[in-house]
Amino acid sequence: MMASSYNAKEEDGNHPGAANHAGAGVVKSKKPDNTAFKQQRLPAWQPILTAGTVLPAFFVIGLIFIPIGIGLYVTSNNIKEFEIDYTGADINNPCYNCAKNFSWNSTTQCVCSVPFTLEQPFESNVFMYYGLSNFYQNHRRYVKSRDDSQLNGDRSALKSPSKECEPYRTSEGQPIAPCGAIANSLFNDTLELYHIDSNGSRNEIPLVKKGIAWWTDKHVKFRNPGGNDNLTVAFQGTSKPVNWRKPVFDLDPEDPDNNGFINEDFIVWMRTAALPTFRKLYRIIQKKSSTTPTLPSGKYVLNITYNYPVLSFDGRKRMILSTISWMGGKNPFLGIAYITVGSICFFLGVVLLIIHHKYDTRNNSADIPN
Amino acid sequence: MTGYMETTQESARDKLVGEKERHVKANARDYNDKFSYADNHIKTSKYNVLTFLPINLFEQFQRVANAYFLVLLILQLIPEISSLSWFTTIVPLVLVLVITAVKDATDDYFRHKSDQQVNNRQSQVLIGGSLQNEKWMNVRVGDIIKLENNQFVAADILLLCSSEPYGLCYIETAELDGETNLKVRQALTVTSDLEDITKLMDFDGEVICEPPNNKLDTFIGTLYWRDNKHPLDNEKMLLRGCVLRNTEWCFGMVIFAGLQTKLMQNCGRTQFKRTSIDKLMNTLVLWIFAFLICMGVILAIGNTILESWSGRNFQVFLPLDEFQNSAVFSGFLTFWSYIIILNTVVPISLYVSVEVLRLGHSYFINWDWKMYYSQTDTAAEARTTTLNEELGQVEFIFSDKTGTLTQNIMVFRKCSINGQTYGDVYDEFERKVEITEKTACVDFSFNALCDRSFKFYDGSLVEAIKLEDPAAQEFFRLLALCHTVMPEEKSEGHLVYQAQSPDEGALVTAARNFGFVFRARTPETITLCEMGRAVTYQLLAILDFNNVRKRMSVIVRNSQGQIKLYSKGADTIIFDRLDPSSEELMYTTSEHLSEFAGEGLRTLALAYKDLDEDYLDVWMKKLLFASTVIENREDQLAVLYEEIEQDLKLLGATAIEDKLQEGVPETIACLNLADIKIWVLTGDKLETAMNIGYSCNMLRDDMNEVFVISGHTLLEVQQQLRSANEHILGLSRVGSAGDEKANMLADDSVFEETIIAEYALIINGHSLAYAMEPQLEHVLLDLACLCKTVICCRVTPMQKAQVVELVKRHKRAITLAIGDGANDVSMIKTAHIGVGISGQEGMQAVLASDYSFAQFRYLRRLLLVHGRWSYFRMCNFLCYFFYKNFAFTLVHFWYGFFCGFSAQTVYDQWFITLFNIVYTSLPVLAMGLFDQDVNDQNSLRYPSLYKPGQQNLLFNKRQFFLCTLQGMGTSCLLFFVPYGAFSVLVKEDGSHFSDQQAFAVTIATSLVIVTSVQIGLDTHYWTAINHFFIWGSLTVYFAVLFAMQSDGMFGVFSSIFPFIGAARNCLSEKSVWLVILLTTVVCVVPSLAVSFLRVDLFPTLTDKVRHLQRFRNKQGPQEQNLRRVRRTSSRRSAYAFSHQQGYGELITSGKNMKESTVSSACSPGRTPHSPTWIENMLKRKNEVSCISDERTGAPERSSRAERFNSTPTGLNLSLTNR
Repeated sequence: MMASSYNAKEEDGNHPGAANHAGAGVVKSKKPDNTAFKQQRLPAWQPILTAGTVLPAFFVIGLIFIPIGIGLYVTSNNIKEFEIDYTGADINNPCYNCAKNFSWNSTTQCVCSVPFTLEQPFESNVFMYYGLSNFYQNHRRYVKSRDDSQLNGDRSALKSPSKECEPYRTSEGQPIAPCGAIANSLFNDTLELYHIDSNGSRNEIPLVKKGIAWWTDKHVKFRNPGGNDNLTVAFQGTSKPVNWRKPVFDLDPEDPDNNGFINEDFIVWMRTAALPTFRKLYRIIQKKSSTTPTLPSGKYVLNITYNYPVLSFDGRKRMILSTISWMGGKNPFLGIAYITVGSICFFLGVVLLIIHHKYDTRNNSADIPN
Repeated sequence: MTGYMETTQESARDKLVGEKERHVKANARDYNDKFSYADNHIKTSKYNVLTFLPINLFEQFQRVANAYFLVLLILQLIPEISSLSWFTTIVPLVLVLVITAVKDATDDYFRHKSDQQVNNRQSQVLIGGSLQNEKWMNVRVGDIIKLENNQFVAADILLLCSSEPYGLCYIETAELDGETNLKVRQALTVTSDLEDITKLMDFDGEVICEPPNNKLDTFIGTLYWRDNKHPLDNEKMLLRGCVLRNTEWCFGMVIFAGLQTKLMQNCGRTQFKRTSIDKLMNTLVLWIFAFLICMGVILAIGNTILESWSGRNFQVFLPLDEFQNSAVFSGFLTFWSYIIILNTVVPISLYVSVEVLRLGHSYFINWDWKMYYSQTDTAAEARTTTLNEELGQVEFIFSDKTGTLTQNIMVFRKCSINGQTYGDVYDEFERKVEITEKTACVDFSFNALCDRSFKFYDGSLVEAIKLEDPAAQEFFRLLALCHTVMPEEKSEGHLVYQAQSPDEGALVTAARNFGFVFRARTPETITLCEMGRAVTYQLLAILDFNNVRKRMSVIVRNSQGQIKLYSKGADTIIFDRLDPSSEELMYTTSEHLSEFAGEGLRTLALAYKDLDEDYLDVWMKKLLFASTVIENREDQLAVLYEEIEQDLKLLGATAIEDKLQEGVPETIACLNLADIKIWVLTGDKLETAMNIGYSCNMLRDDMNEVFVISGHTLLEVQQQLRSANEHILGLSRVGSAGDEKANMLADDSVFEETIIAEYALIINGHSLAYAMEPQLEHVLLDLACLCKTVICCRVTPMQKAQVVELVKRHKRAITLAIGDGANDVSMIKTAHIGVGISGQEGMQAVLASDYSFAQFRYLRRLLLVHGRWSYFRMCNFLCYFFYKNFAFTLVHFWYGFFCGFSAQTVYDQWFITLFNIVYTSLPVLAMGLFDQDVNDQNSLRYPSLYKPGQQNLLFNKRQFFLCTLQGMGTSCLLFFVPYGAFSVLVKEDGSHFSDQQAFAVTIATSLVIVTSVQIGLDTHYWTAINHFFIWGSLTVYFAVLFAMQSDGMFGVFSSIFPFIGAARNCLSEKSVWLVILLTTVVCVVPSLAVSFLRVDLFPTLTDKVRHLQRFRNKQGPQEQNLRRVRRTSSRRSAYAFSHQQGYGELITSGKNMKESTVSSACSPGRTPHSPTWIENMLKRKNEVSCISDERTGAPERSSRAERFNSTPTGLNLSLTNR
């Protein structure tokens, strides 16, 4: 950061001012332009924090936030939600045995049934979620363990998946499709819902499995290699993820359009959750007629094909049934937060107003020392 | 910038380590080539095309910040650690490197150009029997080169001969030692007659001398020629960088060339100045770094704990790599991962942004037309672009006097002749009229030889002259005779005076205009043109001026044969030597003198005496005897002079105005109000300095005490300082009337506050040398700080720097040095900020300075407007910048607790890359460039607004802590509000919505909005540019967000843009916007409330002025009236000689006179070859020839030689009005 102080110009000692006068012809004045920009006189708005501007702002915020908060709170309270934990962590849970005896290698699937009662009927469309707790889908190594090119149907990525997928990159010498830890840990419990009639018969409630993924994911981000026909051929030479029971092209035996990478359950799973406790949309129960509620109050049974072990890491599995409103699902936080913040702002406004009036005389420009 | 220059200089030095002495033979290139001395080629540039990239990169990575980011980049390439993609760091880093490299390259290009220009200068070299034009870089050691008048000396050369008699030549050494007056160099007698080329060709002398060194004032060598040894010293050397003046030509032999010249050896590296904010910033970055490590450690511990408790079990879905088996190792890796993620708290763009801001502020200084001086067509210039904000923190100003406070123009204003004052103008009602530009001047057209630029307003004096008032005539005759000015008559009637000091010039010019034209002089005669008649006076003796005598006299014989002694000097001195008959006149004159002095004029008293022939004869004999004595000659002469300068008859007094620069008193008063202490450091005499002090309003009569320290021993000085200190403290003790004990215990700062009384300290250079001794410096500093005004006079350039250094060292205050002359260069370089006045004394000060402008008064605008704004903007900028980065980065920290401490980022990688350099850089830059809390008029009107800068209030550790705290709070809210919402957030179509990408988009959007709102609140001055940048940044954010997450981008690079569709899905949700709104309000409201309360309850002066300003703006602009500072009048006297010692001796010797000067129009009465003239010549000749054997020479010669390098005066032959 040092420089020689020697400078040829110094040695020259030439006087720029003098040179100007000597130079024949037009001498350009060095006078700076008198423009608003150069003279820093640009017209400007100069806001000052005065009682006249700040206090109304507080009141306005308060007055806007409190109604919004109330609206949110009421809406959120009107949403019906039912949640049931079927992890089987404690011995009373019907799924205790399934959880206890879980083994990756077992060929027979363990099924358990959880009965429950809905006190109130669920009127409009009902959404069925599965919820996982203490599941670090947001763990860095987990999050990056995927290959978006492969999932987008890129052929070369299908054959040689990204290194990020390790250790779920290849299996038995063949590339895994879909590769990576996220895909490998696909939630694979099957949930079925039965309504118990007053006469005790079980009626299966139809669960819609389409339309649960984001449109962009289903149609842009995820694509099967080589178009959608004949997935078996497309996925030839690849291996299924080690934890999976079925290959990727056979995820949904009923609907060929819901297979391969564009299987919606798969897509939903691949959109990793932000927090360790999360819920994901599993099925939609559509309203059939305008007269009967989608889910009338009464007794229900949840049938679970228990494939997904979470107890080993203290995880929990839940099934959630929920209706939605204009602002989405049940969310008491926003309503309460809005009411609180609105009230605080209003209160602050009042306090500041009092303080301002009490000490009003202080802010007098007359006492500026000259 | 250390690199290259160092190496070249060192390699040059290395080569010479072996060189114990230098052998140079004239006209013998083959012989000299054996030694491989450096050639005359210089190189100050650092790079060439090939070396630029490696060297520049190497230099750049020596900077801590860049190296830090390089390390981060390397860390990111390790896959196990990498928590961020490589591009998040490399994009900003490359940007920073490129910007810096471009700047370095341009700088170096100009150095190349200037090197080339110097190397290609032409010089006449004696090669092969004739003079040939050669480029400077081809000049070699041993060459004989010819220099012409006003040429630069190409290398260090030994003077062989010159066009002037006795091988004399004159040089200006301003480049070397900063003195602008001319110096004399003299060739050896043996070589001084080598005047034609053939003789020079045959010259084969060999010089053996010291090896190259950086001592400018010594040279030791010997010339071996014709079997004789001739000692050589500095008086025979012309050093590179000097300019030949008043000498037609000279020849010299090159001894040192190129990098080995004393000039080049002397150009040490200039100290790189850093501002206090820079230093603070470095400390803060270290703190942040420590903080970063703390966070890393916390999160790593969290990771270790989590891994050892439950993480193992999660292996079902997320197996570990083999090497991650140990939880501790996993924690270790996490630590590094977090260091990478959180690195944005140490913002890479900070340094670049700060540089950009400073550059912008510098341009505003350059562009300010209120600091443009139209008379010399100079605009203010910020020569250093890195110090601007320090201009807002200045506490001490060290000012030069001559040329800075004053114009260094002396004007004959008034006089008192025989008890009658002249110079004031009265109107018809006998009222004094203030002299303005419009006042009618006296018409001097009766006088053909008058100086047209001379202005005088009182017509009565001309009347008196025309009426042949004897007193008035004698008065001006004295002025025309008693001086050491050299006349130069270029054409008939066109006279130019070369005066040693401007005041002498002013007096002689006055006499010239009033009809007593000093026309020519020889060593024995002075020719005047008295009212059109040529009169020649025989000059019998010059009783020269010096600092102790404070007067000068001449003894002349007029054409009638009468012998008269004319004397002028300080009034007190002259009054002591008056004849009793003048007593009455003395009282009247004395009154007039006080009147003059009260107006800040410099006064001289004039007196004469008739001498009779016999007395003079006796005296002259004594004088002749005394002047041949070697010991104590000066003293003996002084006694003789004293003897004859008695019983003088008073003629009157003159009053000269040392013209202040425009607006100096107002500026000083204004800066004083801003609590800036102004110290005047001048090479001038005590009296002059005091006089200027009074006229600048720095010294006033109502001051309680003016302490003058002028001791000659350490003890004396100590005593004076102590007693002054006690005087002040004692008084304050009485004044405060508190208990003695408390006062005794209180420290100086308390005293500083309690003192209401005003004191001034004046200290001369001699005492200053003692006072700066380690044991006294504290006493001096304490005393100086208790005084309102400090004036140091008779200080050397070195001492100026020492004073600045002293204050810098002990006061921890920002210092600013302002000066115009080369003698101010040292202090300008030493002070935190150096300001050069691009005035009359050349460009040295300007070239060494950080800021330059034409007038002292612009300092007020520079400090109070530009400095204040720069400081304010920089502080605001830094506060906001740190706030922003903390708010941005710490979200990751909070997220760490919810993602298993796995170093997962919250945001999209692209957002991390672009946040600092695209989304938020321009609004904060706009704020840093254009913001102004108070407009320039009010900044000037209320100087107190400057004080927060001095007290470092706007950005310090506390402020930093507060703004990082605010940043942390914001980051916390930014994370936890969406966290609360997202734990159960569902889209309107029922699909789940708590995924990472939606979370990222929500938080990022909230962050961008919050930071934009915050900068909106922090901006005081919303210009269109601010609007454009703030709204534009928001727009760009959304545009980039949607573009990056679009189908197209994903289609092209599916692995780099995985966030496809997140923004679309996310921002179409009402609930997301509700979250963003909530987050924004929650983040902004607290700071809004706090700043409102602060403004409302504890308004600073700034806030008050802002209110006032707004109030006024509503009313419409008002005329601003600046208070004029009144000068107080008081009785004091000064004598008007700005030089230390006259050079009457040189005149009587006739050495400096060319024949042409002597043969002037007003026919000389005597032939120049009078006996005394020859005698004189012979005497000199002897002295000249014996000087080679006798190193010391005659005493007065050696004293002159010493003066050459030690004092700022000496032989000043420069023109008065140059």
